[in-house]
Amino acid sequence: MLIGEQLAFRYGRQAFVLQDIDLAIAPGEVVGLSAPSGFGKTTLGKLLAGYLMPTRGRILVDDRPLPPQGYCPVQLIFQNPELAVNPRWRIRKILAEKQMPDRTLLEALGVHSGWLDRYPHELSGGELQRIAVARVLNPATRYLIADEMTAMLDANTQALIWRMVLDYARSQNLGLVVISHEAALIGRVCDRSIDLMRLGAR
Amino acid sequence: MLSVQNLSITFTMYDRGLAQKQLTAITQLDLDVQAGEVVAVVGASGSGKSLLAHAILGILPDNAQVSGQMRFKGEPLTPNRSRDLRGKSIALIPQSIGYLDPLMQVGRQVERTAKLGGLPRPAARTAVDRTFDRYGLGSIVKRLYPFQLSGGMARRVLVSTAVVSPVELVIADEPTPGLHPDVVTETLNHLRELASEGKGVILITHDIEAALQIADRVAVFYAGTTIEIAHAQDFPNGKIRHPYTIALWRSLPQNDFIPVPGSQPSPDALPDGCLFSDRCPWVTPNAASIALRFYRFVALQ
Repeated sequence: MLIGEQLAFRYGRQAFVLQDIDLAIAPGEVVGLSAPSGFGKTTLGKLLAGYLMPTRGRILVDDRPLPPQGYCPVQLIFQNPELAVNPRWRIRKILAEKQMPDRTLLEALGVHSGWLDRYPHELSGGELQRIAVARVLNPATRYLIADEMTAMLDANTQALIWRMVLDYARSQNLGLVVISHEAALIGRVCDRSIDLMRLGAR
Repeated sequence: MLSVQNLSITFTMYDRGLAQKQLTAITQLDLDVQAGEVVAVVGASGSGKSLLAHAILGILPDNAQVSGQMRFKGEPLTPNRSRDLRGKSIALIPQSIGYLDPLMQVGRQVERTAKLGGLPRPAARTAVDRTFDRYGLGSIVKRLYPFQLSGGMARRVLVSTAVVSPVELVIADEPTPGLHPDVVTETLNHLRELASEGKGVILITHDIEAALQIADRVAVFYAGTTIEIAHAQDFPNGKIRHPYTIALWRSLPQNDFIPVPGSQPSPDALPDGCLFSDRCPWVTPNAASIALRFYRFVALQ
C-alpha cells in the first residue's frame, strides 16, 4: 500500500496548499486524482514521490517511509519530459540510469533504436515522453504518479503510452495515480477517482 | 484571406565538423483560411504545425529555405511583407506567459504591442482599456506582472496582446494544454468570437477535441505535410477519410482508445511511398508507390 496520512503542505509561512489529506493506493490499483487548477494536485504528486517533504503527516510505502536516498519506489512522470531529463546525457544513458529497459518494452512503446544515441533536444515531445516512461518501468518502481503525463501529446500517442503503462501495471501489480484535467481519460483508465476538492484540501 | 500552397521548408545544418546537411521539415504543405473562419491545424509534435506559423509570420531562422506560395489577401507573402504585417494585420497568440517580459507589468506590455501595431500613445491606452474590459480583466490586472496571473487570466492577457490592434488573421499556437476545462472552453470561445467578427483564425493544437469544439475545418498534418482537410462535422459523422485521421479519432479516450503502433517518421527517414504506410492498418502493396507520397484528402468547401 502507498499511504498518505494526515498530509499537509505549505511553502514557508504561507497559507497551506494542502491540509488533512488521507489516501491509500493498493498495488495494481489505478486511481484518478482531479480538482480545478490550484488545488494542489501537482503538490500532492510531488509529496507522494518524495520531491517535497510534507509539512505535517507522513507517507508510507508498504509500512515504511520513503527512502531518504537511492531509488524511490514511487516514481513521478511530469507533463514536460524535457524538464525531467538531463539535457547533456544521451538517451541511452537516460534510459539506463536505473537499469536498461528490455527490448520488448522499448518496442512496445515505439522507441526506435536510432534514438538512443541522440540528445533529448533531438527528439520531439512525444518521443521523449516515451523515454521518460520507459526508464521508470522497472521492478524497483512499485507506484507511479502520472501528472498530466499525456497532456502535451496527440491522441494517438496518448493512447499508445497509456495502453502500454496500463498493461505493465497490470502484469507487475504496480499502483498508479493519474492526475489529469481530462475527465474522459480518467473515466477510461481509472478504477476509481479522488476529487481533491472534497478531500478537505481547503 | 490566407492561402498556402506547396510550402516546403528546408534547413541547412552542420552534420559533422564543417560538413553540412539538408533537412526538409515541411514538404508540399497546403492550407487556406477564409475571413470569418476558424481552421484548426491538428497533428503530433514534429508534424510541422509551429513551423507553418513561423513561416507565415516570417520568423524562421536564417538557415531555413522556403519554397512554394503563400498569399495574404491575394498578394504574395514575402518575408518583407510578413515583417510589415505581423502585429498589425497578422498576430500570434503565443503558447504561454513565457513569451511575455517577466519584468514588465502586463498592461504596459499590451500597450507596447498596440503602439508597435501603429497606434499613437493615447489611442494605444484606450485600446488596452477596451481590450481588458472586453475580457473581464479589471484595471488592477494591468499593474500585475506575468507571474502573478492565474492560468485563466494569463490566457486572457495573451489573447489581448493579439487583438489590441485591428488584426485580420489570428494564429493561436497550442492555447489549451494542461488548463482546467472551464478555462479551455473560455479560451476557445474567445477565438470563435474573433472569427464571428470577420477575422480569420488558425488554431494550432494537438488536441483534436478542443479543435472540434470551435473549428469550421480541420487540417491534419503528418510528417510535415497536409494529409487531410476535413469539415469539423466530418469527424463525428464518420466522414473522415485518411487512415491517420481515422486513427487519431479512434484513439480518443471517449472513443475506442485504440492507437496505431509506431511513431511519426523523422524528416530524414520518410517512407518512399505514402508517409503513413509504415503504420497504416490498411496498407496495400500500392502504398509504396512514389505517387502516393503526398496524397491528401481535401473536403470541398
